[in-house]
Order: sequence, then structure tokens, then C-alpha cells
Amino acid sequence: MRVLHLLINGDRVTVAAPEHWTLLEVLRYELGLTGSKQGCDKGDCGACTVLVDGKPVLACLTLAALCEERAVTTIEGLLPAHVKSGGSGPDPVQAAFDECGALQCGFCQPGMMLSARALLDRNACPTRTEIQDALAGNLCRCTGYTQIVEAVELAVAKHCGVAPRRPGSARPRGRSRPPPRRA
Amino acid sequence: MAARDQHGIGAPWGDAAAGDPANRAFQVVGKPHRKIDGLAKATGRAQYADDLVLPGMLHAKTLRSPHAHAMIVAIDASKAKALPGVHAVITGADLPIKYGVIPWTQDEHALALDKVRFIGDEVAAVAAIDEDTANAALKLIRVEYEPLHAFLDPRESLARPEPKIHEESKTGNVSKHVDLAFGDVDAALASAEVVVEGDYVFHGTTHAAIEPHCAVAQFSAEGRLTVWSSTQITHYVHRALAKVLELPIQKIRVVQPALGGAFGGKSDPFSLEFCVAKLAMFTGRPVKMLYTREEVFYCHRGRHPMKLRYRTAASKDGKIDAVDAKILIDGGSYSSFGLVTTYYSGQLLTGPYHFPTYRFDSTRVFTNKPPCGPKRGHGSVQPRFAFEVQLDELAEKLALDPIELRRRNFQGDFTRTVNGQRITSNGFLACLDEVERASGWRARRAKLGRGRGLGVAGSMYISGTNYPVYPNKMPQAGIQLAVERSGRVTVFTGSNDIGQGSNSMVAYVVAEELGMDVADIRVVAADTDLVPVDLGAYSSRVTFMVGNATIDAARKLRTQIAGAVAKEWQIDAARVRMGNGKVFDLDSTERCITTAEAFQIAEARCDTLGATGSYNTPTLGGDYRGGTIGASPAYSFTAHVVEASVDVETGRITCHKVWIAHDCGRALNPMLVAGQMEGSAYMGIAEALLEDHGVNRFGLHAGPSLLDYRIPTSVDTPELRR
Ligand code: FES
Ligand code: FES
Repeated sequence: MRVLHLLINGDRVTVAAPEHWTLLEVLRYELGLTGSKQGCDKGDCGACTVLVDGKPVLACLTLAALCEERAVTTIEGLLPAHVKSGGSGPDPVQAAFDECGALQCGFCQPGMMLSARALLDRNACPTRTEIQDALAGNLCRCTGYTQIVEAVELAVAKHCGVAPRRPGSARPRGRSRPPPRRA
Repeated sequence: MAARDQHGIGAPWGDAAAGDPANRAFQVVGKPHRKIDGLAKATGRAQYADDLVLPGMLHAKTLRSPHAHAMIVAIDASKAKALPGVHAVITGADLPIKYGVIPWTQDEHALALDKVRFIGDEVAAVAAIDEDTANAALKLIRVEYEPLHAFLDPRESLARPEPKIHEESKTGNVSKHVDLAFGDVDAALASAEVVVEGDYVFHGTTHAAIEPHCAVAQFSAEGRLTVWSSTQITHYVHRALAKVLELPIQKIRVVQPALGGAFGGKSDPFSLEFCVAKLAMFTGRPVKMLYTREEVFYCHRGRHPMKLRYRTAASKDGKIDAVDAKILIDGGSYSSFGLVTTYYSGQLLTGPYHFPTYRFDSTRVFTNKPPCGPKRGHGSVQPRFAFEVQLDELAEKLALDPIELRRRNFQGDFTRTVNGQRITSNGFLACLDEVERASGWRARRAKLGRGRGLGVAGSMYISGTNYPVYPNKMPQAGIQLAVERSGRVTVFTGSNDIGQGSNSMVAYVVAEELGMDVADIRVVAADTDLVPVDLGAYSSRVTFMVGNATIDAARKLRTQIAGAVAKEWQIDAARVRMGNGKVFDLDSTERCITTAEAFQIAEARCDTLGATGSYNTPTLGGDYRGGTIGASPAYSFTAHVVEASVDVETGRITCHKVWIAHDCGRALNPMLVAGQMEGSAYMGIAEALLEDHGVNRFGLHAGPSLLDYRIPTSVDTPELRR
């Protein structure tokens, strides 16, 4: 057992967990933050994606002990953060996913939306290709990604005050899964 | 008969002929409404099976066979039982009763009784205080095996009857054989102007839903069992649990929490549901089992590999005279839905093209591989692939445009297929026209250059079948509505929302029928203690059958409410309309109250308000053995055009773009329909180009992970246009 001092969604929390536990295990089983999903537990699917210091990481490959004193954002943190910063209701990414029908089973979506959030935080007006690349580490088995990409484009359009692009722009081909991300 | 033909005071949008201005526009249906659970999912609030934590809950793990085919000589679990933190170990002897989703082919045990049939077959289960302890205990279980010859090639299973993979099978290692002929195929082949023939192979693929299977069980002091499971068919799990555990079914409650994708892969009752239940009964504690991703690949129940041989006879102008199919189906180690798969491999090919004569001979055999079962487009995708390729070969032989060839063979609407299936409306030609136009087929096809081209395919699929998996005369879908005087309606449905949005669909239907706001409708679903029976999310049945049951219930309720309001206003009930959250007099619309006020009037005049509704299919299908399998109250039709190129040096195929057109009837929510079209096209391309659920020469899965099993990412997926 190890006592961990974590900063989760803006709150300082102290938990005791086995040394080998991953961030995903601590979030899900110690803190009850079950919004982060486990699809494979080995870094292949992206369902467990959370933000650590604003960067998407795979919580199933990240030791909780390595996250001490770093800011962790989970899907549960998006709406409160949006409200706190003066917005109302869900984060614009969450609202756009809902509006575009991008949420089918929803299991991939917490990770997907956090990857999208991280992209928009570093690049407020990404291109379609940049969106696809940013989401390439998050597998979705339901949607075929079209409505997901459209949702991110809608969030971008609302933010930048322009009309969302329609499908049709070219994109690079090939399987290019980014290397596993660790904190 | 659809409910709308039977009940009530007419459709809320009017019953005049199509195009008549007397019809009001739909208010809810046909619009891109959000899903009722969209924000719950978007904010991480939706609870999936593995999100459940019960006080004192134990964690369970499964010991699996390292052999593809072996007798179990002895199991010694004493060391595992003695490990501190272990609460129970169970083996096949604790769950000796067989089950299987199809009543005639029940050949599964929750844990192997005396033999294992594939690498990954379940042998023992442990419940312990945590997952690490349970895993440590698995290592302490000693199992002595006596290996048997392993069948990995379906052709060998066909040729070699011994050793039998299932002792009780009558004919060697054959799981099911279906041989049906319609019309004189041989005569048509003999006299045909052209005959094309070919052999085709469809490799196996799996569902790979992102949520792994998970189940949690609790056994109460009163002797009641509750199982939360990531199943797409609560009702069959309910029945199977009662059988295997020998508990009265009314003492069992099965709940499906939010489900993280299924695609057919969560249709069977699975070992973990029985194991957590038994372990909860043995230990007096709640028990959870979550499969690892690797275990999900062993559970499989995915697309059957098939070897298909087709012969098609046609006239010089491209009209099909006969189709003759011989199919060998690799079933893997258990029956699962295999009886149905075997029929579907032949029965579902008879549209959207007219076959004057048709014959198929399909044989499903057992092999020592993970068991195959139903995956999206169950049993029809493999024959469809082969036959559409054969149609292209026919087009080439006749120098006909492939779209034109398909048009010439269109079966028409309001007709009957050669195998006796009733076709009602049929939008296949419109689908073909649309993909031809959108893809620029005529202008572009010849000009794409070497190595790049356009291809077309058509298909049809069922909307459920009229044959319930276990024969009974009760409705296939039931609905209950409870009305609250605040103006809220709660819908109780047994249907399983697996991400397709069926819970939202029932809310849209009620909102349309009662003229309400979707936000004022709550849906309680897939909890056997609370809802009427529905047969579950399979065979693409839910929107059609559950939707019709919902219309049925909502119309009964509307009749009651409109009747009460009419009496209150002393007018004829036909003048009372419900819409936009209001109830008004058609003839003097200033007389208008809110829906809540109408509910209160009706509650005061009638009683506590509520209604039930149901759907059952009419008698359908051919009058021969198996004639009802594949008979559906409605068929959907589709055409796709794909633009693909091949690297002539490496052979690598790239799919650039897919144009999709689908006749699904009325799209209750076009946004959700688009999601289904895109998701299925994506899955189809992945099956064709990337995915392969194979085993190596020892029967070991080739790569049971989401990295090795290559499902497309956002950058691999071609542009999908609907
Ligand atoms: S759970 Fe799949 S990548 Fe972490
Ligand atoms: S919505 Fe189901 S996996 Fe993405």
C-alpha cells in the first residue's frame, strides 16, 4: 500500500492504494470515478484516456504513483470546469458529441472527448486531418468515426464562430496509431 | 399486423392518403433528436456493468483450457481454496446442467464438465477478495488433461467423424446441415445461356465491442438472485440462469446496465453469468467478473468462416435463371446460434434480386476453435460477399455495367421470394440510383486509371423474424406505460439498448403519439423485475417490433385520454388532438389545455392511468421445414458503392470512399440511422481489409488483443457518405 496525494479534477485527494495500481484503477476503484473506461487494460483502445497536466494519457498504462502533484482531468471534471469558468451545462465538446449523435454505446467516448478537449486546448481551430490524427489513439467500434469528427468540428465551429465544414476534405491514408502515451 | 392498423383514434399526424394536406407533419419522428441518454454518456455518468460496486463484493476469475481438445482427467483445487483471500472455487461439477441459446442444440456448460473444446474453454472459476488474489488462485489449480486430436480445418471435421467434439452429435462433427431447393435448378443450369461459377472464402471476424463482458451477481437472504450483465438479450439470460441454477425463474432478476457495444457478441448466455451467480450463492457475497480483453477474444461468437461455392445461370441479357450454392461453415466449438446461421446462410440471399430457381446446401461443422455465433448481419454477410462478387463476374462475362445487371434482376416490391418470404415495400432501385449518382459512377468509373476503381454491392436484411428462439405464442415485444399527473410518462420496455438508441426510440414514439415533449418521457429498460418481456436486441428487430408495441400502448392510452377530455368538453372524441404538449379541440383550437391537465382530467374520470401494448408477427414464411427462419415482417434494402485502389506492387488495398444508400422504411431519427449506416459500413470495410479472427496451428488465437486484431482507427476509416 502506498499513500498517494493526487490532484483530481481540481481537488486535492489522498488515497491509499497498492503500489502497482494504475491511475485507472485508482480512479475507478478507489475514487469511484468510473467515467474513465477500461476496454483493454494494455494501452490498445484509448477508452481510459484522461488528461494529465492537460495532455492525454492512457490511464491503464500510467502508474498512479507517477501522477502525484500533477493535474488529472477525467470526464467527470469537464462539466464542473466549464461551469466554474463561467459556462453553463456541459463542456462544448460534450454538448457537440450529444448534438451530433456521436454517442452510440458511449463506451469509447469519455476517452474520445478528452482527446478532443486536449486538442482544442492546444489548437482551437484544427483541420479535419488534425482532428482525425488527435483521435487516432481512441478506438470506436460503433460509429465509424464520422459523427465523432463532425462533433469536434461543430465544437470548433461554435468556438470560432464559423459554420462547420461538410464532409469531403481529403485526408492522409494508412494506419498510423501513435505510440502508447505515458505520463 | 402492425399496431397502427389495429388501434385507436387514428395516427396523430392524420390518416389521410399520403400527400393529402389533411395530414399533419410529424412532430418528433423524422427529426434529428438527441438521445435521451446522450448527456449521461457524455459526462461519464452512465453506469456500465463494470462500474457497479456492491458492498463486500468479491472478484472472480476464470481458469481456461490450454488445450484445443482434451479430456479432463482430474481437477485439484485444494491449494487454490486454501489461499488466504479465496472464498470459493467452482468447477464443472458445480454447474452440470447444459444450456445454449437455441433450445434444440444446448451443448454448453458454464465450466467444462469432462472435456475442453478450444484453447480458452472455461474450466474453473475463483472468487476472492480482489483480482490479484483470484489470479494467484487460478495458478494453484491443478488440471490433468488427456489431449485429443484437434480439428482446426472445417474440411477435416467434415471428412473425419472421430473423435467427436460433441459426443451427442448424430453425424460425426457436423453441427447442422440444411439442404433446400426451390424450383428445378438443374434444368435451369443445363439450359442457361451463361453460367458463372466460383469458390469464395470468407475468413472469421469478431465483434470487438470496446466494453469487455462483465457480470455482477448478488444472492439475497430471501433466496433471490440478481445478475447485472453486459448482455444484449436479458430475457434469454434470465431463462438460462433459471435452468442451469435450478432456481424458480421468478426469483431471478436480470438487469442490463448501460452497454458498451455488442454487435451480436453479447447475445448468448456466457459462462461468467452462471459463474458469478453460483459464486454469489456459495459465498453469500456479491461477486463480479470482468473478462480481460484476451478472454473476450476467446468468447468470440463472431462471424463464421465460410467456404462458399456458387453457380449462377443467366440469360444473355443478364437475367438470373438459377443460383446454386454449396457452403461449408466453420462453427468453432459450440452450437451457439449455429442452427440459425446455417439457415440464414441460404435463406437470406433471395433478395433484392429475383431468383426463379434456387438451391443451397449448407453444412456447419464443429472445430476446436473459439465458438462462432451471430455478428451484425448474422449469417448473411458471407454469402452476400460471395454472391455479389459472382454477380460482378457475370457482368464482366456479359459486358454489362454491374449496376445495370443488378437493376435488371430487381425482384420488385410487394412480392414473394422464391423461398416464400413476403417482401413489402422495396426501395432497392432508389438505393442503386442514389449511389450511382452520388459516386459519379457513369462519368468516373472508366477514368480512374489502373489500380483504382468503383465497386457496387446490394443487399437486404430482416427486421427480426417471426420465429422466436423458443417456440411460444406470446408477444415478441411488450410495453407498459405509466402516466403521472405531472405530465410525465414512463415507458417500461424489455428491449436492450446496446448503443443503437432503442431507449430513445421508444421515447420518440411515445412523444409523437401523445404529442409530448421527449424530455417529459422516462424510459425504464431491460430489468426483468420491472419490465414486460422483450426478446432482446438481435436480428435487427428492436425498432420494428418494440416500436410497434410502443405505438400499440400509446394509442390505447391516447384513446383513453382523448375520450375523457371529450366527455369533459362534451364533444366527439375524434375532435380531440394531442400535440406540442397540448390537448386541443380540432374544431375550435382556442379550447386548449396542457397535456398534464388532460392527464388529470383522464385520471379523475377513469382511474390511475396506464396502458400496455405488444407486438407479435403475423404468420409468415414458406410452408416447409425451416421456412419461417429468415421470414421477417419487413426487410430493409441497401446499396453501396466503394472507391478503392490497389498498390500493384505490394497488393495493399486502400478504400478511399464509400457511398451508402439504405431503405430502412421511415427513419424515426435520421441522425441515429446515419450512425448505424456509417458504423456498419466501417465494420464491413474492416472485415474485408483488416480484420482476421484466426488461430495458429495449435489452435491458439493468433492475436487476442486490440492491437493485433486490427480494427480501424479514425485515420484508417475511409470517408463514409450517406
Ligand atoms: S483501457 Fe484500453 S488503452 Fe487503456
Ligand atoms: S460509441 Fe461505442 S465504441 Fe464508440
